Amino acid sequence: MPKLLVIVLVSLSLLAHNSFAAIEELEFASPENEARYHDLIDVMRCPMCLNANLSGSDAPIAADLRTEIYKQIQAGRSDDEIIEFMRARYGDFIMYQPPLKIGTAMLWFGPIVLLVLGFFILRRLLITSRANSNQEALSTDELQKLNVLLQDSKEQTR
Amino acid sequence: MQISNRTKLFIPAIFFLVMSGLLLYGLGQDPSRVISALINRPLPTFSRPDLFDDAKTITSEQMRGGIFLVNVWATWCPPCHAEHPYLLEISQRESGVTFVGVNYKDDVKAAREFLAERGNPFKLSLVDLDGSLGIDLGMSGPPETFVVDKTGTIRYRHVGVIDNKVWAEVFVPLIAQIQ
Repeated sequence: MPKLLVIVLVSLSLLAHNSFAAIEELEFASPENEARYHDLIDVMRCPMCLNANLSGSDAPIAADLRTEIYKQIQAGRSDDEIIEFMRARYGDFIMYQPPLKIGTAMLWFGPIVLLVLGFFILRRLLITSRANSNQEALSTDELQKLNVLLQDSKEQTR
Repeated sequence: MQISNRTKLFIPAIFFLVMSGLLLYGLGQDPSRVISALINRPLPTFSRPDLFDDAKTITSEQMRGGIFLVNVWATWCPPCHAEHPYLLEISQRESGVTFVGVNYKDDVKAAREFLAERGNPFKLSLVDLDGSLGIDLGMSGPPETFVVDKTGTIRYRHVGVIDNKVWAEVFVPLIAQIQ
């Protein structure tokens, strides 16, 4: 009996894991419109849940916004118009990808700047270490002295 | 300008400290506190039925010339139940502010009964049955409260329950400032 229970529970949990939030059945005038709808609900963030897009959110407000986007697509509004509509109400927050402006420049360019900086630091370190190793190379004069010393020590150990 | 080797040694440490400071500051921020896009913008124009009289409509035009506290609520929202006694109390205390209730995606009959039973803090009550006014207000979910100044401009948005602390620390200074 417990074994059966476990099997049932496990299969139920698997079902829950595979379910998706956006399952409204919608009819579109064209496949292009349907693709636009799915693109828009993928790039927009749910205002309530911070880390889910509109397509992946169960929140009631996400369902409302999906319906709103659907209605506007049906009414023939362009993607830009719909994004503008949402941005006027929810700000830049509604878009998953932050827009490029002074306040967000660090987000966009920070990693590249750090990478380039790291590359230059690495290059400098390599150059200086090579320069140091060159310095350590012995002149012929010094080599002769070294050989003499080595010879001496060999004789001493004998 | 030549930086001495000694100073250079400190660069990684300084970089580390600056980054730690920034990240520590980030930890202290509440990511769910999103500043509304509507702050310092006019209240969206709307016209919605009166909660207590379907034949009457309430419009955004009526929210001019005074300070309005627009509270979005629903009977299906437990935090709204928690907030209600406090709203009732401050609405009786604050004479300079007009309380407006937006009944959000709710059962109208249940909403009427709720206010009749527990008291009505709102001078005006309107119905947003489909949540479209909520979208125009940039709502994420009730309870949310907007402060509208004399020119009809939204000055503040509060997400979540208003309690003693929030009222005293945020609303009182703001209302004094825009009065």
